[in-house]
Amino acid sequence: MAHLIEIRDMYKIYAIGDEPVHALDGVSLSVDDGEFVAIMGSSGSGKSTMLNILGCLDVPTKGSYLLDGLEVAKRSPAELARIRCMKLGFVFQNFNLLPRTSALENVELPDLYMGRLNRRERKARAMQLLERVGLKGREMHTPAQLSGGQQQRVAIARALMNNPPVVFADEPTGNLDTKSSIEIMNLFTELSNEGITIVMVTHEDDIAAYAKRHVVMRDGKVMRDDRGEGGRKTTEEVSRLVKEALA
Amino acid sequence: MSFLTIFKVSLRSLGRNPIRSFLSCLGIGIGIVAVILAMAIGEGAKTMMVKEISSMGNNLMMVFPERRNRGPVSGGMGQGQTMTAEDAEAIKRELGHLVKSVSPQVRTTVQMMYGAKNWAGNVQGVATDVLDISNWTVTEGRFFTDDETRLAARVCVIGTTVQSNLFGDDESPIGKIIRLKNMTFRVIGVLGSKGANNWGQDQDDVIMAPYTSVHRYLQRSKFNTINMMNLSLVSMDDLEDAKREVSALLRQRHHLADWQDNDFETRDTTEIMNTIGSVTGIVGMLLLIFSVITLVVGGIGIMNIMLVSVTERIREIGLRMSIGATPRNILVQFILEAMVLSTVGGAAGVGVGIGASHIVGAAAGWPVLIEPASAVYAFIISSVVGLFFGFYPAWRASKLNPIDCLRYE
Repeated sequence: MAHLIEIRDMYKIYAIGDEPVHALDGVSLSVDDGEFVAIMGSSGSGKSTMLNILGCLDVPTKGSYLLDGLEVAKRSPAELARIRCMKLGFVFQNFNLLPRTSALENVELPDLYMGRLNRRERKARAMQLLERVGLKGREMHTPAQLSGGQQQRVAIARALMNNPPVVFADEPTGNLDTKSSIEIMNLFTELSNEGITIVMVTHEDDIAAYAKRHVVMRDGKVMRDDRGEGGRKTTEEVSRLVKEALA
Repeated sequence: MSFLTIFKVSLRSLGRNPIRSFLSCLGIGIGIVAVILAMAIGEGAKTMMVKEISSMGNNLMMVFPERRNRGPVSGGMGQGQTMTAEDAEAIKRELGHLVKSVSPQVRTTVQMMYGAKNWAGNVQGVATDVLDISNWTVTEGRFFTDDETRLAARVCVIGTTVQSNLFGDDESPIGKIIRLKNMTFRVIGVLGSKGANNWGQDQDDVIMAPYTSVHRYLQRSKFNTINMMNLSLVSMDDLEDAKREVSALLRQRHHLADWQDNDFETRDTTEIMNTIGSVTGIVGMLLLIFSVITLVVGGIGIMNIMLVSVTERIREIGLRMSIGATPRNILVQFILEAMVLSTVGGAAGVGVGIGASHIVGAAAGWPVLIEPASAVYAFIISSVVGLFFGFYPAWRASKLNPIDCLRYE
């Protein structure tokens, strides 16, 4: 079976001054449908660059990237936008909801760019997704009227709006308190159990523990790719795994 | 994303900042007010002047004897002695296909007396045709006839200014004998008032008498020379033909050799109209330049606001891009925002401009002419301004890198 995501021998090289910096240094990685992957590593390890390229927000300097069978490594900004629209959902650390705009409209937004549904269908789907993330009754609240955890739920609903094969999450709990973090990660776990593919970047071991597979990066290389055959790991096991990988 | 949806998104974004949106509209609005005012006042002034000019006469063409200089002293327009009443008659006789009416004109200044009252003014010696040519009407009594002209009858018609100064308001002047240079003339009619002309001259301060009578009794001239003649052409389309044929006829009658210049000059109202046109054109041009400057200033205001808006909403742009907005979507969204600002400003400007032109027109006593097209132009101009000045900020927004936008603090 073809992989949902397959990158091969990928480089991302920034020229900072005279010295080229290899943010990605020959990375190969594949993700299958339904996986819940945590990409881990300290800052500067290349995990954000990796997510940007996986999320079609950036293009690699070298290497190939097959997303859902589609070669996306060398595409124009407009083409990448269409790909993001149809294939990807995003959850950001700082939620990135439109201010002074209702939760409902925030969730509807991706379909406005996709243009797949009519107005009634779009609203119905957005309502259904908000209910799914536990925000029934708060559809008309603006981000300012919602707590951080609730805002992130809206963002998750928005990421699911176009029914993408993959959802990318970039430090999704970075701006949340512990209780909200747990709620959000439980929500991700539920979504994963429903078969949604999730690729998450985090540097927190307890958050990474919710994922089934752990990719540890350093200096633009994958140091360890633990597919989680031994079942769900505890925070301590994840910590140990990371420590081993970076040793 | 459909155009309509982007349009709605633009409207919503503007609605989130109503005061700022209003202020950015204002510049364009003022510019459009200026444009509307410039057009309305320019058109109004021009119409007024054209009306005044056409009141001088129908299809009017004038012929003057050449300026005759005595030594270094210019004799002034119409003071040459080269043109005669016979020339006028010849034109009427031979160029009837081009010239409908001809009236020779002689002028002299006289002291007029009636009873104990006296008044000094111009006597115009004319022919009956002058009624056709110069839009004069007779409100009381009658005008003199061709027979009276031929016989040099001592009759005259007077303008209302002369009437009020010689007769006052109560007395009817018809049939009364007045003295002009001690010659008695019978008043047979009163001319309808024309008021002051463009140059402020009182056109009603006039007496008209047959040119033959003025010649014989007031000028006591041995010659039949005239100061000018007024021609009414069959059609203004034939103006060039008429000029050529009148010139040819007069040259022939004056026995001018090929090498000699004309000893007369022709004038017509199109020349005056052209002069007025060029003057109002220059004024209109100036007003238009000011309006354009105002519009550019307004446009720069919009550009500035849009640039601020792009920077301020950089996270929003990044988000929209990350969830699938193409650079083109972003471009269109911001251009539309600029265009909405400018057209709303423009539409408000049209309204205020129409009101303002009526106020200015009422204050200055000018007719205000607002062509419906100017409202449409103003609308188009303002959207073009929005498009032009909105493009750069929108283009910048569309070229942003989504990652940089999302990371922007």
